[in-house]
Amino acid sequence: MLEVENLQLRLNGKLIINDLNLHVNKGEIYGILGENGTGKTTLAHLIMGTNNYKPTAGRIIFEGQDIADLSVSQRAKKGISLAWQEPVRIEGLRVGDYLKLSGNNFGIEPVKHCLGMVGLEPAQYLNRDIDNTLSGGERKRIELASLLAMRPKLAILDEPDSGIDIISLPLILNGIVGMSKQGSSVLLITHNEKVAEIAHRVSVLCAGKILMTGAPAETSLWFKNNCRACVHINVPVEEAEKL
Amino acid sequence: MISYSVEKEYQGLVDAYEKAGGDRSALLSKDVAKLVIHQNKVLSADGVTGIKIETKETETGVNIYFLVEEGAKIQRPVHLCFGVLPREGLQEIILKVNAQDNSEVNVIAHCIFPNAVKVIHKMDAEIEIGNKAKFNYKETHYHGDFGGIEVIPRARIKVGKGGVWQSTFTLSQGLVGKLDYDFEVFCQDKGIAELVVKAYGKGHDDIKVWEKIHLNGVGARGLAKTRLVLSDKAKAEVKGETYGNAPYARGHVDCIELVNGTEAVAKAIPIVSVTNEKAKVTHEAAIGSIDKRQVETLMARGLDENEAVDVIVRGLLR
Repeated sequence: MLEVENLQLRLNGKLIINDLNLHVNKGEIYGILGENGTGKTTLAHLIMGTNNYKPTAGRIIFEGQDIADLSVSQRAKKGISLAWQEPVRIEGLRVGDYLKLSGNNFGIEPVKHCLGMVGLEPAQYLNRDIDNTLSGGERKRIELASLLAMRPKLAILDEPDSGIDIISLPLILNGIVGMSKQGSSVLLITHNEKVAEIAHRVSVLCAGKILMTGAPAETSLWFKNNCRACVHINVPVEEAEKL
Repeated sequence: MISYSVEKEYQGLVDAYEKAGGDRSALLSKDVAKLVIHQNKVLSADGVTGIKIETKETETGVNIYFLVEEGAKIQRPVHLCFGVLPREGLQEIILKVNAQDNSEVNVIAHCIFPNAVKVIHKMDAEIEIGNKAKFNYKETHYHGDFGGIEVIPRARIKVGKGGVWQSTFTLSQGLVGKLDYDFEVFCQDKGIAELVVKAYGKGHDDIKVWEKIHLNGVGARGLAKTRLVLSDKAKAEVKGETYGNAPYARGHVDCIELVNGTEAVAKAIPIVSVTNEKAKVTHEAAIGSIDKRQVETLMARGLDENEAVDVIVRGLLR
């Protein structure tokens, strides 16, 4: 479904993404595990086409087509979407309307279903604005619900667990698994090895480069042992390559 | 100059009213208090129990006395419809409102100028909200695409003890033309004032908004809120003033102006003043382009860039 080949991004002379390769299969939850500042969000931007990021080298192939020159909208229309680490607030846009437009104007019942999947009571949320009256956790769950509504072929989830309380976390994780079950592939970006455990495969990212890929338990352990204690997080790529 | 018979005028105004989002059936219902004015002609003026509406036509407009009787709780919104259908004209509305103690009413006003090329619409209002009375006033304008209109709404509002004044002025359909909005509220003890202005400036629109709230009574509260979107060569200046003059008075000035394009000009001047050590007044103002992350979030749901901007603008002005 998604193939990233020799992807590179250099910003202001600094190598942010370094010869990165990965592939995500249909219906797969693919975890990207890394400490803060290792290039995870940048990778998400490159795949989604946001933030004006364009690869310096390499290719991003989605369903056989190089999408590097497509706009964000065009990528979304092909079936790629993104939930931000810190979702935006949009004053005056109601939750129900946001989910409807995400689902290409589908009806109210599917909207309610998607809210229910992330543990939000539709009657309490449909008419609320996506503004700063929502807590961070509520906003994140609404973002996930909007992706459930959209049913993208590939959902990129950037730190879906950050800022989430203990009660909300299982609901978020259930929503991600639900997304996979309804046929979406998921690129799950996180710095939390516990969250990565719901993935089918996980890669460890450091200094814009994938260091290893494997089953969640194996990768999480490797990450815990090598990355948590590492003193050169995001220092020069050469350092990371010595690991 | 087109001449209109009263019946045609009424029909034309009702048609335009409906087109502008008004509820046509409300204007035809006998159970709803309403007032329909075309230029200086009163086409319909109906009160209901608890509401009295008196009018006097003048050479250039209409003088209106609007009474909400003491203790009256008006169930259905009162509908006001002011308009000028010809391309040119002057409409001066002199409005006196007396909402007596413990009364409650919602008023929906539609101001309709679909063909304006050279039209002036002025409203000068003296409004008294009694003790524990609640008055909610929503005014929505519909201006055509010619931009030849000057709108000058002015109001002085006195809010009694525990009284509530809430007003929302919306001008987002058609070109604004020139808007010179000036509302000033004086609140007594525990009185509440909320002034909201929303407008979408395009073309060469020129918008001036001046909201003033005087929190003169103990525990009085006030909010002056403005939401503007400016495109093309539109310009806007917003002054939001709030004065905390009594203990425990709480006020807030909140202004957001979005500038879409390189030629529109936005200015915000918040003034907050406190003359009592136990009062507190805050303000926030944000002027800038439409948030790129908001646009990209909606684009990532499949909207084109223009559609995304439209959703954001409509939300802000909702």
